[in-house]
Amino acid sequence: MNAIGPGFAWLAQAQQWHGANGIPARLLQHLGYVGISLLIAALIALPAGLLIGHTGRGGFLVVSLANFGRALPTLGLVVLAFAVALAYLGSAGTSAAYIVPLVALAIPPILVNAYEGMLGVDPGLKDAARGMGMTGPQLLRKVEAPVALPLILLGLRTAAIQVVATATIAAYVGLGGLGRYIIDGLATNDYAEVAGGALLVVMLALAVQAAFVGLRWLIVPAGLRLQAQPA
Amino acid sequence: MSRRTRGALAGIAVIAGLSLAACGSGGSSNPLKSSAPPASKGSVVVGSANFPEDELLAEIYAQALQAKGIKVTTRFNIGAREVYYPQVVSGAVTILPEYNGALLTTSLDPNSTAATTAQVNAELTTKLPSSVEILSSSSAQDKDSVTVTQATAAKYHLASIADLKPFASKMIIGGPPEFKTRRDGLLGLKSVYGLTFKGFDPLDESGPITLSALTSGKVQAADVFTTTPQIITDHLVALADPKFDFAAQNVTPLVYKKGVNPTIVSTLNEISAKLTTAGLLAMDKQIILNKASYPTVASNWLKSVGLG
Amino acid sequence: MSWAWENRAMLAGYTGQHLYLALTPVLIGLVISLPLGIACARWKWFYPPALTASSVLYAIPALALFIFLIPYTGLVGPTQSLTLIIPLALYSLATVLPNVVDGLRAVPEPVRQAATAMGFGPLRRLIRVELPLAVPVVIAGLRVATVASISLVSVGALIGIGGLGYLFIDGEQRDFFTTEITVGLLLIVLIALAADAVLVGVRRLLTPWLRGREVGTP
Repeated sequence: MNAIGPGFAWLAQAQQWHGANGIPARLLQHLGYVGISLLIAALIALPAGLLIGHTGRGGFLVVSLANFGRALPTLGLVVLAFAVALAYLGSAGTSAAYIVPLVALAIPPILVNAYEGMLGVDPGLKDAARGMGMTGPQLLRKVEAPVALPLILLGLRTAAIQVVATATIAAYVGLGGLGRYIIDGLATNDYAEVAGGALLVVMLALAVQAAFVGLRWLIVPAGLRLQAQPA
Repeated sequence: MSRRTRGALAGIAVIAGLSLAACGSGGSSNPLKSSAPPASKGSVVVGSANFPEDELLAEIYAQALQAKGIKVTTRFNIGAREVYYPQVVSGAVTILPEYNGALLTTSLDPNSTAATTAQVNAELTTKLPSSVEILSSSSAQDKDSVTVTQATAAKYHLASIADLKPFASKMIIGGPPEFKTRRDGLLGLKSVYGLTFKGFDPLDESGPITLSALTSGKVQAADVFTTTPQIITDHLVALADPKFDFAAQNVTPLVYKKGVNPTIVSTLNEISAKLTTAGLLAMDKQIILNKASYPTVASNWLKSVGLG
Repeated sequence: MSWAWENRAMLAGYTGQHLYLALTPVLIGLVISLPLGIACARWKWFYPPALTASSVLYAIPALALFIFLIPYTGLVGPTQSLTLIIPLALYSLATVLPNVVDGLRAVPEPVRQAATAMGFGPLRRLIRVELPLAVPVVIAGLRVATVASISLVSVGALIGIGGLGYLFIDGEQRDFFTTEITVGLLLIVLIALAADAVLVGVRRLLTPWLRGREVGTP
C-alpha cells in the first residue's frame, strides 16, 4: 500500500526525532503505558489463571470474564476513565486514564492462556508428584506452573502486542504515546504522519514479539519448548 | 451428516452469500449509509465537522430541507476541515455548515489578511474551486480564540492577545491537534503577534479535556471556541484580537453547486438570516450542558424563528 | 435509564449500523479462511508465512488501517462502509485461520483412514468428516473474532463511521456526558455477548454428537 513510502520518509525527517513531540519522547511514553498496564494485568490475571487451573474450579468464570473483557471497547473505556479520573482525581489524575482500559484489554489473553496452560498439564505428572508427597502449593509451584510456562508466555506475548497496538487510542483524550502521530495526522490530513506512527507501532510490536521469543528460549526448558504448540 | 446439520450449513452459506452480495453492491441493504450525491435524484448529503455545534447546525439544515420535501442523508462527524473539505469539493457531501474565515485560511489561502465578513466572503468567492460555493453568511459567529482563566488574566494583566508577548515563552498553549499546523492556530499567532509558546498540548475540540487542562493549569492558554458555554460557567477570558489574527468566522453554508437547487439555496439562506450568535450560544448550552438531543434542539429553534 | 429510552430510535439506528459493520467482516473472514485453512493444512509450507502475515496485521492499529483505506473506499459515499469492513475482515481472517488449520489437523488419523476405507474421496471426506469435526475449534475462533470485531467497530467513530462508537465521541464532547458513554459501553458489551451466545448455539446445532458431553467446552 502506498502509505509505507511516505511513512518511512516521514520517519527519516530529522525534526521528528527532537522535542516533546519527537519519536524518542513518544516512544518512551508508549512503553510506559504498555509496561504499566501489562504489569498490573499480569499481577491480576496470572495468579487467578494459575489458581483456577490448579483447582480446576471456576473455568466457566475464566471464559466468561475473558469474553466480557474482549467485548469492552477501548475507546469508550478511555473516555469514561478520563471523565472519572477528572471528577475524582482532578486534572493531574487524568494522565493515568489509560490504565483501566489497557489492563482490561490485557487480562483476557493472560488469564485464558494461563488457565489453559494449567489444564494442559499431564494428569499423570500431577499424580506422580502427589505420589512423591508434594502438597498442593508445591505441586503448583514445582510442576504445573513450569509445564504451563509456554502457554503463560504466549498469553503475555499476545496481550503485549494487543496493548502496543491499542495504546494508540489514548491519544484521543490528549495523552501521549505513538498514537499521537495517528490522531494528529488524522486531524491535519497528514497521511505521512499517520503512516509513520503506524510503522513505529508495528516495529515496536515486532520488537516485543522478538523479545518474547527470546525470553521463551531463555526460560522454558528445551523439552517443554519442543513439545509446546507453535504460536 | 444429519439433515439438520446440512440445513444449518446451507443456511450459513446462504447468509454468507447474501452478505457478500450486499457488500459487492455497496451494501444498499444498510439504510444508514449515505447515498451518492446526485442532484438529479433531488437528494442531498448534509455533512458536519467533528464537534457538537457543527453537528447541530447540520441537523438544523437537514430538518429544514426535509420540511421542504427534499430527501436528506446525513453524515455527521466526518472529521476536521482537512478531512471533510475534500469531500464537499468532490461532491460526496452536498452541504456543510462552515465558518467562512476559518475555511479561507485553512483550506484556501493561509496568507489572507481578510478580517471582516465582507472581506472574507469576497475572497472566498474568488478563491473557492468552481465545484463549490458559499451561500449567505449568518451574523452568528463562532471563532477560535486564545483564552485564559480569570486568574491568569489578572496575574499577567492580559486583555488582548498582544499582551501575551512577554509571557508566551513560559506558557503551554492547548487546543485541537490541528491548531499546531493551521494559520488559525500557532502559525498565525507567531506571524501576527510574534508569539512563540513554550509548548503545544494537543487536546480536543474545545471540549472538557481542553477546558479542564486550562482551569487546572496544565496549560496556561487554550483555543476555546467562542460559543463554548463553559466560557461563562468557568469564568474564562477570551483575549481580544486587535490585529485580526482570527478573521470573521460566520456560520456560512458551503455547498456543492451541482447538488443544490433554488429551493435548497433559499432554505439555507433563510436559516442564515435568522441565526444569531446569542441564539447559537443558547443552543450550545442546551446540547453541551443540558444534554438535550440534537433533533429536539434543532426543531425547537426552527419553530422559534418561524422556519419549522 | 430514561435517557436511553428517550433516545431509543437513535440508539437502535446506531446498533443496526454497528452490527452490520461488525458481522459482515467476520463472515467474509470465515469464508476466506476456509479454503485458505484447508490449503495450509494440506500444504504445510503455506502456513508459516500466513501466520507471520497475521501477526504483523495484529500489530497495526485499527485506526491506521481505516485511514489508509480512505483514499480507496472513501469517507463519504456508497462504499464508505468498506473502509471499516476490509480491515476488520483481515483481522477476523487472522484470528480464524489458525483455528481452521488446527481444527483440521486435529482430526484423528484413524478417523480419516476409516473414511477412506468406507470409500470417501478426499473432497467428500473433507466436507462430511473433517470440517464437521473441526467445527468446535473453528467456532471458538469465530467467537473471539466476532467479539473483537464488535469492539473494534467503535474506533471507526474517529472517522465518523463507528456505529455505537459515536456515543463515545459525542459523550466526550458534551462535557463528558457519562450516561451516553456508559450506554454505549453497555450496548456494545450486550451485542457482543449476544453474538457469542448465538455462536455457541450454532456450535451445538452443528455438533449433535457432542451433546451431553460438553464438559470443558464452556
